Amino acid sequence: MLTKKECVAMLLAGGQGSRLYALTSNIAKPAVSFGAKYRIIDFPLSNCINSGIDTVGVLTQYQPLVLNEYVGNGQPWDLDRTFGGVHILSPYEAKTDTSWYKGTANAIYQNIRFMKMYDPEYVLILSGDHIYKMDYDKMLAAHKAAKADCTIACMQVPLKEASRFGILNTNKDGTIYEFEEKPAHPKSDLASMGIYIFTAEKLFKYLELDNRNPDSENDFGKNVLPMMLKAGEKMYSYRFEGYWKDVGTISSLWEANMDLLGVSPKFELSDNDSVIHSKSPLAPPAFIEGEVINSIVATGGEIEGKIVNSVIGTNCIIEKGAEVIDSVLMGNITVKAGAKVNYSIIDEEVVIGEKAVIGAPVAEAQKVESKTSGITVLGRGVHVSKGGKVAAGEIADKNV
Amino acid sequence: MDSTVGVIFSSINEQNVPGLTKVRSMGSIPFGGRYRLVDFALSNMVNSGITTVGMITKSNYQSLMDHLGSGKYWDLARKEGGLILLPPYSDETETLYKNRLEALKGATAFLRKAKQDFVILADSDAVYKLDYSKVIDYHIKKNADITMVYHEHKLVKSHSYMTFDVAKDGRIDSIKINPVSDGVENNYINVMVARTSFLLRLIQDAIQHGYTSFGKDILSPGVSSYRLYGYKFDGYYKSIDSLATYFDANMDLLDKKIRTELFGDRDIYTKVNDSSPAKFAESASVKNSLISDGCLIEGTVENSILFRGVKIGKGAVVKNCILMTDNIVGENCTLSYVVSDKNSVIRDNRVLAGCEIQPYFINKGTLI
Repeated sequence: MLTKKECVAMLLAGGQGSRLYALTSNIAKPAVSFGAKYRIIDFPLSNCINSGIDTVGVLTQYQPLVLNEYVGNGQPWDLDRTFGGVHILSPYEAKTDTSWYKGTANAIYQNIRFMKMYDPEYVLILSGDHIYKMDYDKMLAAHKAAKADCTIACMQVPLKEASRFGILNTNKDGTIYEFEEKPAHPKSDLASMGIYIFTAEKLFKYLELDNRNPDSENDFGKNVLPMMLKAGEKMYSYRFEGYWKDVGTISSLWEANMDLLGVSPKFELSDNDSVIHSKSPLAPPAFIEGEVINSIVATGGEIEGKIVNSVIGTNCIIEKGAEVIDSVLMGNITVKAGAKVNYSIIDEEVVIGEKAVIGAPVAEAQKVESKTSGITVLGRGVHVSKGGKVAAGEIADKNV
Repeated sequence: MDSTVGVIFSSINEQNVPGLTKVRSMGSIPFGGRYRLVDFALSNMVNSGITTVGMITKSNYQSLMDHLGSGKYWDLARKEGGLILLPPYSDETETLYKNRLEALKGATAFLRKAKQDFVILADSDAVYKLDYSKVIDYHIKKNADITMVYHEHKLVKSHSYMTFDVAKDGRIDSIKINPVSDGVENNYINVMVARTSFLLRLIQDAIQHGYTSFGKDILSPGVSSYRLYGYKFDGYYKSIDSLATYFDANMDLLDKKIRTELFGDRDIYTKVNDSSPAKFAESASVKNSLISDGCLIEGTVENSILFRGVKIGKGAVVKNCILMTDNIVGENCTLSYVVSDKNSVIRDNRVLAGCEIQPYFINKGTLI
């Protein structure tokens, strides 16, 4: 019987995702639907199993109900293991040192005992709000080869966007000499992807130290990584090349969905080497009667209307004469006859009444001043009545 | 329904569809874009609350095993009961079973072990949704020895059928085997309920008397000696007894009413694959078709069923076709009334046509 795991992954899934507004009113960000049949958390979980990591702690605290139900025993990702597998880690009460998770580092700190059960040599820290495919095993090999204490995955971003990220300033050999969290004047264009591999004993040591510091915000980027750097630990950057997107905002979530479209898309889901697993629903294949152009459609759909440049989730009904253009429809949505949906993200269980008008054509909508860059958002379960209207850039989380 | 154990014949009537069963058993014939035929009988059992199912296999059952796995997709991966494969039994004196009775003989050990009072037998060559628990309730209410489910329709073929006359109270008056008839008949759909102990006794009797046919030697003469009752099923039912009926049954799914009856309300369970959602290119044109996950459509598709991972090239026109998993149709092909088994490749510019009563069949893994 195995009694240890070389590498344990810890997935930070507790974020509130407030910049997704109505989409995260009732569910945690990692449980938000993506790409017609997936949820965001499918990506890190699939990456784990595809990289040979079969022990994953999922740290939740904000609206965990849907996420817990979805992750279940981990079976869709082959993470239902007798030793290891996926575990939901919610905050719990004990005599000392427990509370709601304060920062990212505190969340991991409170689960040191979970990690120690597997006696790991390495710990992989992941975020639950990124869309990408990555072989963590290659990163782990680099970490081992460099005999590093901490390896941070990073990728090149346009310099003008660099101030939105944690930026790594590195030497030629890949070692990091400085870590700047969202710098106003970035010195480099290497952005941290929020993916860290730690040598376990170092992680435990610095988490303890961080916990003892009352001034710390208990955050990896702000506190733990700079502290390790200052102490002279060996910290390496690991360059990732490939598709990666933080889907923390309405516009980036919309873009990432659109990146799936086309015969040669920016992000290819259908290669057989690294399948993204999900809790695939049991619906029959999609029935297509209408016009479907440059779009993806999940199973269970009944499509009699017109779909252009859109992502249509499981069990959606698009009636005759309805039009869905440049939009993302999650699951179980009905768009009734004659309704028009433009440049929108529509959450699950929404019903759009006859002849309702949601959003406006992209070119027009993008001119609208709004916190969603003109994208219209309908929250989970919203009903739009017959002839109802939701203007470009509006966010509706109540019936219209 | 913990009181009932299910038995499914996964390898029955395979001679009717030799092309489709060349590489697999009847139960694992792909159907409706993502299912296998056995999913219907098996899901009917699960949806009726049955949690112990024995699956009688014969030969070529690798594909069936691959589909069923541990039974987890049917919620039948259990410590107690669950899905149990019953491979053919043979020893020095016995060879592979040749008929239903011999197949049942191979299942006696399983049935003896079963703690359930009742047993339901079903075939895997038909498409229908039936709540078996209603049949079992009826069986108990009628205090029947055997309850046989029938469906009224015109005989399509004149062999390997059993029809019967049913009295007003449901009692079966007479059984006809392989009758010749032009009219609507009460067709036995090979679903029957009995007490487990009663069925075991029938099988034991049959062995002692050297019977060979369950219908001719047991059921037919049983009309007078046993309490045989007919349960009328009046939902959608289609048995797959030829390539033409296979084609029709698939095409029936394009009818919303039938689709809703089969898949609405309660699920038909099947093995789940994690293909990405179907993709429609700028040049795609799709009408009246079922499109599964993993498909990439660049051409025109009408009145067709596309299984997982089918690729339709630019300029290709596919009408009235059933294309199974991972078929690749090249650019500018024209396909009409084609049934193509899994993994076949049709190169650019090919023209293939069959007709409704005789679709053009392409064997698994063919390159054309």
